[in-house]
Amino acid sequence: MKIYDGGKIFVGIIIFLAFVLFPFYSNTGKVMAKPDPKIDTPEIQKLAVKKCVEPKDFMRSEHMQMLNDWRDSVVRENIRTYKNSMGQSFNMSLQNTCMKCHSNKKEFCDQCHNYMAVKPYCWDCHIAPKENKT
Amino acid sequence: MKMLFSFFAVIFLALLGFAGGKSTSLQFIFGVVIPYAAVATFILGVIYRVADWARSPVPFRIPTTCGQQESLPWIKQSKIENPSTSMGVWARMALEVLLFRSLFRNTKMELREGPKISYGSDKWLWLAGLAFHWSFLVILIRHLRFFSEGVPLVIGITESLDSFLQVGVPLFYLTDAVILAAVTFLFLRRVFIPQVKYISQAADYFPLFLIFGIAVSGVLMRYFLKVHIVGVKEMAMGLVTLHPVIPEGIGVIFYIHLFLISVLFMYIPFSKLMHLGGVFLSPTRNLANNSRIVRHINPWNYPVHVHTYDEYEDDFREKMKSAGIPVEKE
Repeated sequence: MKIYDGGKIFVGIIIFLAFVLFPFYSNTGKVMAKPDPKIDTPEIQKLAVKKCVEPKDFMRSEHMQMLNDWRDSVVRENIRTYKNSMGQSFNMSLQNTCMKCHSNKKEFCDQCHNYMAVKPYCWDCHIAPKENKT
Repeated sequence: MKMLFSFFAVIFLALLGFAGGKSTSLQFIFGVVIPYAAVATFILGVIYRVADWARSPVPFRIPTTCGQQESLPWIKQSKIENPSTSMGVWARMALEVLLFRSLFRNTKMELREGPKISYGSDKWLWLAGLAFHWSFLVILIRHLRFFSEGVPLVIGITESLDSFLQVGVPLFYLTDAVILAAVTFLFLRRVFIPQVKYISQAADYFPLFLIFGIAVSGVLMRYFLKVHIVGVKEMAMGLVTLHPVIPEGIGVIFYIHLFLISVLFMYIPFSKLMHLGGVFLSPTRNLANNSRIVRHINPWNYPVHVHTYDEYEDDFREKMKSAGIPVEKE
């Protein structure tokens, strides 16, 4: 068996492997820290029933959609009250409702967002809560 | 028939993925075993196909040319369309691989009243092909965010450019729409142009349906059905660090997506999708047209034993002399 232009073929295959195996060799020996969003802020500790505006699973997958809907509803339609699936009412506000409990942006929001390399543009306009460095 | 066969093949594969995602006992197979097998098949298969091609000799220069070849100094050479140097070949290959230069020349023939045949330029196939392939590349690069910790800048930039419209949350990716539109066009083209339909095989429809299925499942997963995305990344990182894990509650649509992609990767080395490697090895594109400058010797030339006239004369000199035939040497 003879390979013609073996040098060029070899270089081509090496380049191919460099691309395809990138995820493998760029991660060798790395130990991934799982994101661990913390919900132990003083405000949440005070709550009798530790529940968000909607159930946890819903919030996990839909919170971004909900915040987007809230924004549209408040900014474009001037509707500021959110009725959740349990019939409770909340003030639609990122800073005054969400961040009141979740005052620990670094340990809550950023945990998963950084892990997933997601950069939400909430904070282009909103002011991130001041966090006590402990 | 061919179309329906491919269509139902993809539906069947999607159902398999669904079954794999539904049952917790099958999740390991569909989430770990099959993806690994797919990547291994892909890598080994591509290397095998490329090596197989490289074993075929290309004895002579067979470039398809569309320009003046190198000739007398006062005749202007078309240096990229008909290159005689390596640099020219690089330029032509770059145009071919990145911009599909030869597809840009696509023409359409029509029979008009008269009857008259008319040829016209037809750029739609080129445009859709380009849109499709570039979207695919951008999508592939975007997906690397699931496979890297401290995501590299290039991936972040690609992603933010792709979502720069900032429509909806999660941000809408332009390439998602472009790839679906382009695949739809490439499919409809096979359906509505009779000549193209006539030559289309199941192997032409299958990749289109498969990629359509992958794109649709991805779009559903991102914008509509939602999955446990952190779990997805844990799983992806588990695979690439060789410590596979199956996080719970990811969502079945992810398994469909993953299974269809695994099938695509396994399918590539065995199918026309191997043009991924083949485009670099097209002798009509990657050879300099220097047939008149360099002597190319056929590698399978058989060493022919030649009996020269001198040897002939040595053999028969005496007989030639006696028959009165003139000889060169006495």
